Amino acid sequence: MSTRHILLGLLAGGPSHGYDLKRRHDERFPQARPLAYGQVYTTLQRLVRDGLAQIEGTDSDGGPERTTYRSTDEGARELAAWAREIAPPAPFVTNEIFAKVVVSILADGDPDAYLRAQRAAHMERMRELTAVKTAKGADLATVLSADFALNHLDADLRWMTTTAARLTTLTAEVDAT
Amino acid sequence: MSNKGEAVTSTVPLLAARDLVKAHGRTEALRGASVELRAGEILAVTGASGSGKSTLLHCLAGIVRPDAGSVTYGGERLDTLPEKRLSELRRSEFGVVFQFGQLIPELTALDNVALPLLLAGTSRRDAHAKAGEWLERFGVRGQADLRPGEMSGGQAQRTSLARALITGPKVVFADEPTGALDSLASEQVMTALVHTARESGTAVLLITHDAQVAAYADRELRLTDGTVAPLGVTA
Repeated sequence: MSTRHILLGLLAGGPSHGYDLKRRHDERFPQARPLAYGQVYTTLQRLVRDGLAQIEGTDSDGGPERTTYRSTDEGARELAAWAREIAPPAPFVTNEIFAKVVVSILADGDPDAYLRAQRAAHMERMRELTAVKTAKGADLATVLSADFALNHLDADLRWMTTTAARLTTLTAEVDAT
Repeated sequence: MSNKGEAVTSTVPLLAARDLVKAHGRTEALRGASVELRAGEILAVTGASGSGKSTLLHCLAGIVRPDAGSVTYGGERLDTLPEKRLSELRRSEFGVVFQFGQLIPELTALDNVALPLLLAGTSRRDAHAKAGEWLERFGVRGQADLRPGEMSGGQAQRTSLARALITGPKVVFADEPTGALDSLASEQVMTALVHTARESGTAVLLITHDAQVAAYADRELRLTDGTVAPLGVTA
């Protein structure tokens, strides 16, 4: 994920300082890994260096000094271009679950038992996400991000279910090569 | 003494099946399945088509009798209960929802939901008042005067849930309740079912092939070829 574009997106609503950007990021993307302050400030400095953001001013408001940043016109154009850009659909499957099933077959392991255990772990995570999105007062950003994760986990699960059903055939193929 | 009593009730499952066997003709749908449902618990039963999910639900709900094995409800054997007593129990303690709500097409939503109370002898006025409250809880009060054919799939299914829950059952059996719905309607139905069940302490046995629906439950029981699949290596 592009932190610089996310920060530019947050700056699109008006000038803001690093601490506020970090807080708004974590609110908007509640299921994402929280941004580290260091990463926010480094990224802001790079945006300024590249002409995509500029320093609006500094204030201390009785506390430590805070620098406020604003997006430039070039930053707005860069953001619009990024938002229109199509994300490439993943061309190769390099998923750990897939690799473990194949390795388990190669090493005479028990891929079926592995898949059942992995399913249980996936279901546990899906229950947590479902509880998050159906909690009273959950905001739209939370619901959307939980939905995104749920649909990806569900896709894994469907693959695992089909694979478990295919294991007999798959094992014969891997053993033969 | 009261502590002891509480401890006993909390460890005894509300509904339990042991080693169920059930054949349809020459096909064995259940081949030794065991399951326990605790009071207030929401349990998802998942598995491929033909794995025995619906047969398990029918045996647990007392709709069909198993060929072998036992079903107990609140400590009472269900599989050997005389039909009359079984019907009473189903009416008073159980609620059932199917994939297609099976609402009565000639009746309005309000009449459909009031029906179980009318059959139990409640006055028409009281039954309608309560049915209105239940339609409200499921967000379909505005559809009270519509017939099932005039409602969307999601509205009809929420009406079915209201009908299943209006008698205050201890257990709701839901067989693919979202099977015919798109994902948003499915979410509304499941959220309504789960919130209401949690509020009223109703146990739910939920049959589904959809992992996103199963994720609303407290735990998952997976059936494979008529038996309960063991958990994997690390679970």
